[in-house]
Amino acid sequence: MSNDNQPIVQLTDVHYSWNRNTLPVLSIHEFALDRAEHVFLQGPSGSGKTTLLSLIAAVLSPQQGTIVIDGQPLAELRSSERDQFRVDRIGLVFQQFNLLPFLSVADNVQLSCRFSADRKARACENGLSLDQETDRLLDAMQLSAAQFRNRPTSHLSVGQQQRVAVARALIGRPPLIIADEPTSSLDSDSRQAFLDLLFSELELAGSTLLFVSHDAALASSFDRRIDLRDINQSVSATGPDGELR
Amino acid sequence: MIRIAWKSLCSRWPTAILAVLAIAMSVALILTVEKIRRDARDSFTQTVSGTDLVIGARSGSVQLLLYSVFRIGNATNNISWESVEDIRSRTAIDWVIPLSLGDSHAGFRVLGTNLDYFEHYRFGNKRLLTFSDGERFDDVFDAVIGSEVAAQLKYQVDDNIVVAHGTGNASLVEHDQQPFRISGILKPTGTPVDRAIHVSLEGIEAMHIDWRNGAAVKGEGTSAEEVRAMDLKPTAVTALLVGLKSRATVFREQRAINTYRAEPLLAILPGIALQELWNLVSVAEMALMIVSVIVVVAGLVNLMSVLLAGLNERRREMAVLRSVGARPAHVFLLLCIESTLLTLGGIAAGLALHYILTAAGALFLQQRFGLSILLSLPNSTDIKILASVAVAGLLAGMIPALQAYRKSLADGLSQKI
Repeated sequence: MSNDNQPIVQLTDVHYSWNRNTLPVLSIHEFALDRAEHVFLQGPSGSGKTTLLSLIAAVLSPQQGTIVIDGQPLAELRSSERDQFRVDRIGLVFQQFNLLPFLSVADNVQLSCRFSADRKARACENGLSLDQETDRLLDAMQLSAAQFRNRPTSHLSVGQQQRVAVARALIGRPPLIIADEPTSSLDSDSRQAFLDLLFSELELAGSTLLFVSHDAALASSFDRRIDLRDINQSVSATGPDGELR
Repeated sequence: MIRIAWKSLCSRWPTAILAVLAIAMSVALILTVEKIRRDARDSFTQTVSGTDLVIGARSGSVQLLLYSVFRIGNATNNISWESVEDIRSRTAIDWVIPLSLGDSHAGFRVLGTNLDYFEHYRFGNKRLLTFSDGERFDDVFDAVIGSEVAAQLKYQVDDNIVVAHGTGNASLVEHDQQPFRISGILKPTGTPVDRAIHVSLEGIEAMHIDWRNGAAVKGEGTSAEEVRAMDLKPTAVTALLVGLKSRATVFREQRAINTYRAEPLLAILPGIALQELWNLVSVAEMALMIVSVIVVVAGLVNLMSVLLAGLNERRREMAVLRSVGARPAHVFLLLCIESTLLTLGGIAAGLALHYILTAAGALFLQQRFGLSILLSLPNSTDIKILASVAVAGLLAGMIPALQAYRKSLADGLSQKI
């Protein structure tokens, strides 16, 4: 199904509003991400960033327009198929609270492989066992596997937790990684280090990255920088709506 | 999934243990109530086997059964020896065991009888009494003690004991002029026989020679030698156990004795009297059972409330699971697994608690009433009870699971709490 010439994310004439009677918060004529592209998405609070991510991650469905991810039009999927599609194709990293505190680091990294046979198969593609691949990713994230593998995640610092979350998003090389302000709870020194680790591993996996942040200083490391205000034609989105950010 | 559910539970172990404990206690209660009910019936039924009729002074049939066979309560009146002889001479009657009660030793009842007792009394599956040491009483001052008496008082064959009048534990007066020698110790039977001291009817008479109108005659009393020389024919006994030559004549004999003209007597069929007893206590049993069921329901309601209360704190956990690909159905399943684990844990702990309670209770019942409660594997009723608790636990878990399912649908991947 995947075609290398096609964009990994393609939104066409997408309109989304929270309910029928209000104006759309998001109206995007055209938005596309190429394969293996690293895109920095910025925009002030309430510009509809999280809404856009939710649409791409197939959590929300637009009232109008088409969204095609990795060659698959999302509108064709039923809700359970979307859940499966999401875990098969997309790695997610959030601002915080990415991990289950009662599971070990290794268990957290492997979580998506429990729910996706695709991810598990791809994690083991290069001849490594799932545990070996987990260790490799942890080492790549500079969390010495020997030391951290069996630790409960509740004992990690925030920076370590975010790196575990990245390892989890990357395992099984999903074609698309969505990161929603993963660095906002880190200090500025660790932010750049975090990005460097993320990028080096993305090169290996060949995944596309859609990275959302307020922090314009980080944008220089990315292939492309998009300001949501430039592509979102909706007027209501700029309202001080805290929920939407 | 089971692993995730297990780890999640472990991270919330204090509430999990409380929920398990609540179920465990309710399961232990219901199993123990059921067990005691069943075993008490078995034990009572085992006590009289092979006895066709029990005869005593006219009173209630349940009362007669209780005091004659189970040694619970006291007789209101006696049967004169003339009537005993009369009954024994009836052609349909095979054997007669006279029972004479009313004295005690260190809280154990003294039972006056004759050698027919060892010949014809049967318990359990028609088993005869057997001796672990010594032999039947031979002399007026010989006594045969039950296993429990021997064990508790540490008596051995040839020890001397002094018998007291009355059946209380702290007897006011003791028949200390006439010490009895232990001639034999019976093997355990799991019936009130274990708690009895058996002497001959003559022995009972001998004890009371120096007693007139309920008080000791002043003076040195009569020596054992003088007593042996006396005529010790009993004047009355408390009850009779009767065996018939043919069971077919049982109702005819019963009617004959109930209409006996010389003395008001009552003959009962032990099985029917037991049935009457069960009918009496079944109301109490039912009440206990209802209370037990309510306690189980309370345990399950507690389980439900623990899971429901936990849901709000666990929205983040659910959101993380959703973001790594768990579907709402998985979240539902997760909660169901949790409640099942808690219920199964409760059932296992409840079984353990039940066995501890039974073991402790068995000791008490054995010592107090000579009733035997045996530790046994759960029978089909127990398994039905346990299965229904498990199913009820699963159903109770469905409600929080459904709630979690709905919430995780509505929350989506939202990380905002």
